[in-house]
Amino acid sequence: MKHIAIGILGAAALGFMASAASAGTLDTVKQKGFIQCGVSTGLAGFSAPDDKGDWKGIDADFCRAVAAAVFGDASKVKFTPLSAKERFTALQSGEIDILSRNTTWTSNRDSALGLDFVGVTYYDGQGFMINAKKLPGVNSALQLSGAAVCVQSGTTTELNLADYFKKNKMEYNPVVFEKLEEVNAAYDAGRCDAYTTDQSGLYGIRLTLSSPADHVVLPEIISKEPLGPAVRQGDDQWAHIARWTYFALLNAEEAGITQANVDEMKTSTDPNIQRILGTEPDGKYGADLGLSNDWVVNIIKAVGNYGEMFERNVGSGSPLKIARGINALWTKGGLQYGPPIR
Amino acid sequence: MTSQEILREEPSRGSFINDPRIRSLFFQTLVVILVFGSIWWIVNNVIENLQRLHIASGFGFLRSRAGFDISDTPIAYTSDSSYFRALVVGLLNTIIVAVVGIVLATIVGFTVGIGRLSQNWLIRKICTVYVEIFRNIPPLLVIFFWYSGVLAVLPPPRESYHLPFGSFLNQRGFYFPRAVWGDGSWLIAVAFLLALAMAWFVARKARQRQMSTGQQFPVFWTSVALIVGLPLLAFLLAGMPLTLDFPKQSTFNLTGGFWVKPEFLSLLLALSFYTAAFIAEIVRAGIRGVSKGQTEAAGALGLRSGPILRLVVVPQAMRIVIPPLTSQYLNLTKNSSLAIAIGYPDLTATAGTVLNQTGQAVEGVFIMMIAYLVLSLVTSAVMNVVNAKMALVER
Repeated sequence: MKHIAIGILGAAALGFMASAASAGTLDTVKQKGFIQCGVSTGLAGFSAPDDKGDWKGIDADFCRAVAAAVFGDASKVKFTPLSAKERFTALQSGEIDILSRNTTWTSNRDSALGLDFVGVTYYDGQGFMINAKKLPGVNSALQLSGAAVCVQSGTTTELNLADYFKKNKMEYNPVVFEKLEEVNAAYDAGRCDAYTTDQSGLYGIRLTLSSPADHVVLPEIISKEPLGPAVRQGDDQWAHIARWTYFALLNAEEAGITQANVDEMKTSTDPNIQRILGTEPDGKYGADLGLSNDWVVNIIKAVGNYGEMFERNVGSGSPLKIARGINALWTKGGLQYGPPIR
Repeated sequence: MTSQEILREEPSRGSFINDPRIRSLFFQTLVVILVFGSIWWIVNNVIENLQRLHIASGFGFLRSRAGFDISDTPIAYTSDSSYFRALVVGLLNTIIVAVVGIVLATIVGFTVGIGRLSQNWLIRKICTVYVEIFRNIPPLLVIFFWYSGVLAVLPPPRESYHLPFGSFLNQRGFYFPRAVWGDGSWLIAVAFLLALAMAWFVARKARQRQMSTGQQFPVFWTSVALIVGLPLLAFLLAGMPLTLDFPKQSTFNLTGGFWVKPEFLSLLLALSFYTAAFIAEIVRAGIRGVSKGQTEAAGALGLRSGPILRLVVVPQAMRIVIPPLTSQYLNLTKNSSLAIAIGYPDLTATAGTVLNQTGQAVEGVFIMMIAYLVLSLVTSAVMNVVNAKMALVER
């Protein structure tokens, strides 16, 4: 009885917190003076603390961009590291204001978990990594029948893995851990033959292994993993702010607005750039969102445009060296497409 | 002053307010209303909030396809099975590790506990050191010690240690040959059950005879002969229907044979060695709790030290030992939820995955609590029965 009572009290706490937080996230955030951002417990390129304890990565930078849009100050954000299992509850209960944690957008998560995805900040796909030194001759995921596969629990990865091996009539032995660090340690220690997660993640994880050069990422991509930030369902204004922050990053890249030239661009006479940067006379696109009119200027000054964010964190400017690929702008044959600000 | 004292000084004359029975009834009703009212309010609040937040609720998800695989499956389970079946698999894994752990912890605990009272200085000290080390380290660290410190540093599958009887030990676990029973093996099972029944019958008869005539009968050796001999005879009669499936090297791992995974092994070893340290102390306290006069009196009757321990000391010690022993069994069962740290798919881990894949946290946690509650209550109930059997029978 005692256990149940504690449980129900816990559940009730969830109810209380949620009711407090749903009184307009923008107002709550403005009142407390910062945005609480849910990130991973450490995935290089997406959200990982550096040696000074600052969170780096696309996901962390996205939260900074939202903070810049809301406060004009990208430092007004606090990060909460979350495991895959904790992330949705943390958002539902109001513990965090935005979940920016390499999370795959699926219909179930969008509809049944009380959250709203705002966009796809990174188009990813699931892959496999093996230790090529220990397993010479394995160069395709289809050769993995009978292997022990390390995977993080509570992810879409875990589900895709089961589907892939079933579809190809192969057997495997899942080795499942709750925390990313535990999976990494087990793989590094040789507990499993293969490691599976999003390909971008594999490249990031490979850097943290004891001998990165021994490990290769196999060519197969077995799933679609559109990763993006999510907010609580039912707060349209907050969802709009998050969504249009993402679109602003894309529009800025498309219009050639960068962190370096944003101040110059403010004097531009190009109506499109004027609309984006809020310099158009009588324009009030920022105000309509509940923000200041120079919101995009603040975003770009803080984190740069989408392309800059990408290159700095996972692309050529980072140890990961991931090519833009399908994450290029639509004008360059990629999938990233920002609806116009007007 | 309590109400009863007031009552004694001025007896109530029909006033409801001063009537102690009505008062107590009133307060009890008030407490019941408060308790149930707050429960109702809390539950209602949760349901309302879940609806307002557009979070799915209810237990309908249990019938949906799970979609994920589990490494240890005591019953048939694939990713096509339902969430409910996944939870059952998790529960069974918890029960398996708890039951095996309880047996192992009891054996180790009793051995060490008696060892601490040994006349031999070295044995006594070794047992003391064991108890002090394992009792004073958090169980999670003990689990990590076995998992990362002992089992993870074993060689990879291709360089496994070859052990006797075709067994192998490597960082993926412990592999040993599996017995594959052929036709006619039911005869052996029947012979075994028959032997058990006969041993019980012999023990009963021998006891009766000793009670009436004082003559003893070698019950122990007769039972051993029966329990080993009869199945062996049946085995030979049935034409030795047993083949062994030996583990063999394949591309990635060893295949065939029986495979104990390092997750299970480290959890089992950690839980039982940890709990055994507590059980040892309980056993020591129990034996110490039996008055020295009992031993001396038994000695005066001419019993040797073996029978004194078996017939006089232990039965009395058990009465002291069993209630706290029950608590240790419950602790072991509940501590098995630490499996999550090393990826053994117990109830907590499996329910956690289900909870996350469906997003229905409230239901998931509720199921987990009910399952552990039922497990613990069943364990207590069994131990209460044992306790009642052991209780002093007054003649």
